[in-house]
Amino acid sequence: MCLGIPGEVVELLSDQPDLATVEVSGVRRSINVGLLENEVVSPGDWVLIHVGFALSKIDEEEARAALEFLEGIGQAYDEELRALQESGIDGP
Amino acid sequence: MRFVDEFRDAEKAQALAAQITALCEPGRQYKLMEVCGGHTHTIYKHGIDDYLPESITLVHGPGCPVCVIPMGRVDDAISIAEQPDVILTTFGDMMRVPGGQGSFFDSKAKGADIRMVYSPLDALKVARRNPDKRVVFMAIGFETTAPSTAMTVLRAASEGIENFSIFCNHVTIIPAIKAILDSPDLRLDGFIGPGHVSTVIGCRPYDFISAQHAKPLVCAGFEPLDILQSVYMIMGQLAAGRAEVENQYSRVVPWEGNPKALGVISEVMELRPYFEWRGLGFISHSALKVRDSYAAFDAERIFEVPGVRVTDPKACQCGEVLKGVIKPWECKVFGTACTPETPIGTCMVSSEGACAAYYNFGRFSRDRVKEAIRT
Repeated sequence: MCLGIPGEVVELLSDQPDLATVEVSGVRRSINVGLLENEVVSPGDWVLIHVGFALSKIDEEEARAALEFLEGIGQAYDEELRALQESGIDGP
Repeated sequence: MRFVDEFRDAEKAQALAAQITALCEPGRQYKLMEVCGGHTHTIYKHGIDDYLPESITLVHGPGCPVCVIPMGRVDDAISIAEQPDVILTTFGDMMRVPGGQGSFFDSKAKGADIRMVYSPLDALKVARRNPDKRVVFMAIGFETTAPSTAMTVLRAASEGIENFSIFCNHVTIIPAIKAILDSPDLRLDGFIGPGHVSTVIGCRPYDFISAQHAKPLVCAGFEPLDILQSVYMIMGQLAAGRAEVENQYSRVVPWEGNPKALGVISEVMELRPYFEWRGLGFISHSALKVRDSYAAFDAERIFEVPGVRVTDPKACQCGEVLKGVIKPWECKVFGTACTPETPIGTCMVSSEGACAAYYNFGRFSRDRVKEAIRT
């Protein structure tokens, strides 16, 4: 649970301003971006995701390096990614 | 499989290691604590210890939120889960953590409805979908996770979801570091500061470590090079007789943290007078509880919680491991009675726990260590 994983924002959902669709290692999921209220988040931005929330904006170079690292650590990241995949925080 | 074989920047790492060695004062021993479990994971995965001169020892700290939950709190959560019409939701890491009366898995096997979730928002969704059930989220984690729980409570409040509550076990990192600095067992020279906690709290709260304890702290990223660079920055400070808070991970950690995240924590939660940490005992103002204004979402007020204190098993030395007093393999049950499959202590449960990291990447058994010492 403690991992922070980078994701690329692909879409902001206009009807639900706290939510954004992100892509992480090929997986697309909704996350909550409410903690970044003081910053502008746009498609193409990278964010650090922790338990379904974006904690901070990060630059693309950092994001790619972190992803490469995470993909190399194996089990812990696979589990995190599977959990993210199974999560569906957007719908009812 | 070691660092040098797999890491793409092995040359840079070697250069850094040489610079670190050059900063060591001859005859002096250095102990640096990595506070965060994520760092422990990186250190063992990549054998960073092997890269450092023998005079530098990396000591593992208390920064694994699963590892510091005392057994009594697990029992309390299970007691809530076993009450009528309750669905208890929790992060997967918690499932195998042993309480005094077994783990969540054991309780689930006996019929309690305990479900794993990825996010507290998933727990809220379970509540929306099961209006006739009382859905409780077992909230754990440092300041990295607390804002997400707080946001979820705010969401529940704004939607008027009445069957959702949290069993709040959020802890705060600074009092734990203070407790370690005040512990007579251990003399530390500096700290590798937690990366993701610091995205929320920023770097300022660590000032007391330099100002009052005259020790350096460097907030660090999670890649092998980040950790080596942080060690280099700490050693540079020590060599120059400086003690400051520095930020190696500035590409992610803003110096001021995330004010919005801090704001939602303090809207929903306040400090408890004290909280028990596994291995560290009771620490003042070291954990969060739900504020009166959100009492309707506080499982501790909705359910009767036994609150029994459970002593850790005698054989288990997680406490000493969490304080960095012993290395995981020095524990009597490490790798024999206590393994990730059948953990006795929490440090063996979570993948960020020091024992699990050692076991998974080092596979040291006590016999092997003895053998290594003999030869």
